[in-house]
Amino acid sequence: MAQSLPKLSVERIGKGVTGACIALVAILVITLVAMVASRGISTFTVNGINFFDFLTGTEWNPHQLDENGQPTVGALPMITGSFAVTIFSTLLALPIAIGSAIFVVEIAPGFGRRVFQPLIELLTGIPSVVYGLIGLGVIVATTRDVAGMFGAGITGYGIFSGSIVLALMILPTVTSLSIDALAAVPNEYREGSYALGCTRWQTVWNVVLRSALPSLMTAVILGMTRAFGEALAVQMVIGNAAQMPDSLFTPAATLTSVLTMGMGNEAMGTVYNNVLWSLALLLMAMSLIFILIIHLIAHKGAKHRG
Amino acid sequence: MANSARFDMQAHVRRINSQDKVATGILTAIVAFVLLILAAIIIYILVQGAGKLFDVSFLTGEPEQFRAGGGIGPELFNSFYLLFLTLLISVPISLGAAIFLAEYAPENGVTAAAKTLIETLSSLPSIVVGLFGFLFFVLMMGWGFSIISGAIALTMFNIPILVRVIQQALEDVPRSQRDAALAMGLTRWETTIHVLLPVAMPAIVTGIVLSAGRVFGEAAALIYTAGQSAPALDFTNFDFTSPSCPWNIFRPAETLAVHIWKINSEGVVPDLEAVSNGTAAVLMVCILAFNIIARLVGKALERRLTRE
Repeated sequence: MAQSLPKLSVERIGKGVTGACIALVAILVITLVAMVASRGISTFTVNGINFFDFLTGTEWNPHQLDENGQPTVGALPMITGSFAVTIFSTLLALPIAIGSAIFVVEIAPGFGRRVFQPLIELLTGIPSVVYGLIGLGVIVATTRDVAGMFGAGITGYGIFSGSIVLALMILPTVTSLSIDALAAVPNEYREGSYALGCTRWQTVWNVVLRSALPSLMTAVILGMTRAFGEALAVQMVIGNAAQMPDSLFTPAATLTSVLTMGMGNEAMGTVYNNVLWSLALLLMAMSLIFILIIHLIAHKGAKHRG
Repeated sequence: MANSARFDMQAHVRRINSQDKVATGILTAIVAFVLLILAAIIIYILVQGAGKLFDVSFLTGEPEQFRAGGGIGPELFNSFYLLFLTLLISVPISLGAAIFLAEYAPENGVTAAAKTLIETLSSLPSIVVGLFGFLFFVLMMGWGFSIISGAIALTMFNIPILVRVIQQALEDVPRSQRDAALAMGLTRWETTIHVLLPVAMPAIVTGIVLSAGRVFGEAAALIYTAGQSAPALDFTNFDFTSPSCPWNIFRPAETLAVHIWKINSEGVVPDLEAVSNGTAAVLMVCILAFNIIARLVGKALERRLTRE
């Protein structure tokens, strides 16, 4: 008994120290959410700006007062810009990601494990500023030149270029999550389908994709979360004009691009600065909503399977 | 009448077979397209920056604000120093958190909440993490734009990635090994330290090196924490309060990734394109090196482990 006591105390210390690590992380996250939220709310509580005017206003010009004597801070142009680049980039990346996931799981698993997945992992590691630089040097320039050939004088900056850069960025994330989703489908399902005389494509389409659907949706939403929150790559190619976008090819802005550009220029406590924190709060709230959706899907999937 | 309505089996088989072939063809084309994009990105970056990649005066020189011919010496050092400090802080915390989650965590609401919080942290945009760092470390703690503020912001960005990798590695250890150790009378802690961690080590090390690549290229979390200026460094200076002392953790430190972003958004350097392409190529070579090292080290550790 006396011998086992030191063991017990080592055990207690181990449990305490590792538990403290997780508590530290938890406290940091709670502090982060609370601090960003409290700064973001002060626009409405301290400066008295109407929350719904902020969400639906189409004019963004914080240095100019509107008819009520309040700064003109409509966030709709940036909200629209953020959702537009997120949706378009997801639509572009999705078929490619799921297509290549089907290929490496169903058609060439050996090639997938040895060659494709390590390469996709490498693609995930490419820094976002490098994607932004490629966007500037290749996508913006090509868009401008091609439009010029058809006689349209545009700068090349805008939602179109932003969406393509983001599609490239989220492609590896969505692809590798889709590969995991398809690989998790039990082999018995496929064998059952083949035993019924189905072709490979029939099996993929009717059996594998159906049963992997909840995990595939999770993959897509995680990709969208990444696209929505990406700052620098988008900021470099979107054109940074905080106006309601009326075309895919005119300069626009996203929540992240305005934050990136503006935060360094304004002193803490000014209305403009507070409004920027409100944009950060919107951005944070949106990623929390994405996480919530993923939880709901997982919950529903678990219920579905019993 | 009955004849025409009869199901034509042969035509159906022909149809589904050709569907299958078309689908296979399209899927192959998609994968080829992805590989082409990957090759194009890497080759484009390396070729565009090739001229600067082996230019020693570029790699070690001081950056210029208004004149051509600036280098990236301080940025290169800052990137590695910041990475080192980030790993120094984030690896122990993540290791502890992952061990707790994999070995000790009781199945209750508190554990579920902690897991959700870590998941939340992983989905937060890095610019939001950077802004929090700006608010908390730069302004409230009064550390200013500094290496330490940047390292902690990067730690927050890195922890969820590492916790997931380490937890996965620990859970992948065969159940029989854990059971055997516990049956021998080892405590959970001893089992973890002497049995599980050594077995999980290859996966953990690979995960850490891969995450190092992500940290190395991160910029959005740094522009408002580690700052956008790189004071000239003097490697003979050991006065830890001087901004030119390389090891001073309270000096501002622009990294390679931030440098690319800053010179492009300011647009005043005359040889902007050459400098940013050169910096991107250096960044890319480092990322490629991290990937290769991760694989080699993982394989080497695995070999040593299975040989014993």
